[in-house]
Amino acid sequence: MAKAGPAGLCAAIELKKAGAPVILMDENGAPGGQLFKQIHKFFGSREHKAGIRGFDIGKELLAESIALGIDVRLDTEVVGIERGLKLWAVEKKARSYTEEAAAIVLATGATENALSFPGWTLPGVMTAGCAQTLINVHRVLPGKRVLMIGSGNVGVIVSYQLMQAGAEVVAVLEALPRLGGYGVHTAKVRRAGVPLRCSTTILRAEGKESVERAVIARLDERFQPIPGSEETLEVDTICLAVGLTPAIELSCIAGCSQIYVPELGGNMPIHDEFMRSSVDSVYVVGDLAGIEEASTAMEEGRLAGIHAAHAMGYLDEASMSAKAEETRRRLSALRQGAFGQKRFDAKRRILEKKAAV
Amino acid sequence: MTNEGGNRIERHPILGDASPRKEITLYFEGRAIFAREGEPIMAALVAAGVSVFRYTKKGAPRRMFCGIGRCTDCVMIVDGIPGVRTCVTTAADGMKVERQAGAGRWIVEEENSNG
Repeated sequence: MAKAGPAGLCAAIELKKAGAPVILMDENGAPGGQLFKQIHKFFGSREHKAGIRGFDIGKELLAESIALGIDVRLDTEVVGIERGLKLWAVEKKARSYTEEAAAIVLATGATENALSFPGWTLPGVMTAGCAQTLINVHRVLPGKRVLMIGSGNVGVIVSYQLMQAGAEVVAVLEALPRLGGYGVHTAKVRRAGVPLRCSTTILRAEGKESVERAVIARLDERFQPIPGSEETLEVDTICLAVGLTPAIELSCIAGCSQIYVPELGGNMPIHDEFMRSSVDSVYVVGDLAGIEEASTAMEEGRLAGIHAAHAMGYLDEASMSAKAEETRRRLSALRQGAFGQKRFDAKRRILEKKAAV
Repeated sequence: MTNEGGNRIERHPILGDASPRKEITLYFEGRAIFAREGEPIMAALVAAGVSVFRYTKKGAPRRMFCGIGRCTDCVMIVDGIPGVRTCVTTAADGMKVERQAGAGRWIVEEENSNG
């Protein structure tokens, strides 16, 4: 198993519950992935842990994995996967060893996208997730006056959390003519009086040694800046919330066939309904298998864990089918509604490609 | 509690008050700054108000970008080793942290390496 975020943890839990020996490897010093910076309440129904805050879900999963006695290896980076399911791991950047597995679940997550504009490398420009980690996990503020680029869920959630942490959010910009996030998250930011500006983008960041101001402009229907619409905002921090891309490196090393699905973040390994990749006994779950949410990542992890346990002989066919059916039902429930349908359709394309291979 | 840069979030409506943690000392460019045990070097530097972590070989300033160890924007020379990702490296008492220029340089003596 590679990476102990929500998807990896859930896969490990299902495997261990079925009696399979599991090793969970993560390069970080603490498990949980990005769950611990999610201090907002999750969506879905009660069985999806809706209404529970991300970090509490993380604590629950950790407690469960500890109670089950899962072999969690932190500070352990998986740097290679050879044929025959041989993992090459480096522990504490000092000791290198290999580990042979009967099945591998890859749950390597995603990387936040960058946005290129003059000044984007200046200190003070960072991804929204970076700011979120700083304020919610490390409890330090990266700046006092923030401009948020992107009005999707990450943009509005992190904007609100920056305010909770004591920063001022000067504006949230959205290049599209409409806002991108869920209504409930967007409304909280709007109620706090933050201007949410559609058809608007950043032209450049200015400052000597760090961000001192941002120059923004309105966009026409062809996404070209409208001359004369430039404005200067005094900010010390610019957060980029412009999407995520699956972290596919390990899956490529493992030889997994990839597919390009823009709605789910770019290139990602193809998989079937049990999260099996194109390589035998290699499963791909969570954001790696298409950018969605922690709740769907957890269900995908469970699905892979259940199937891998069956494949290795720890779960009989009937129990596997029943558990998988139950998990898939919860997954479909998470992919309903205007936002969910698009992801559901995109996921379907991945399954079709896998079936065709 | 030290809060020299004024950037520590001591109170929080969701997370509650910051729990007391042991204070340790880092040396940033030879200057003592406080860190809280268990936090990454990046957090201590942000708390201390450090806005430039390194300079590129062309002299452009850099700080942090992704904060989770993927982008390498925040690398510095830590205890003599260049290219250390300060966002995922836990601060330790007495650690020496220096700004890196370009690819940095090794300032580790041979006897310190255990090969």
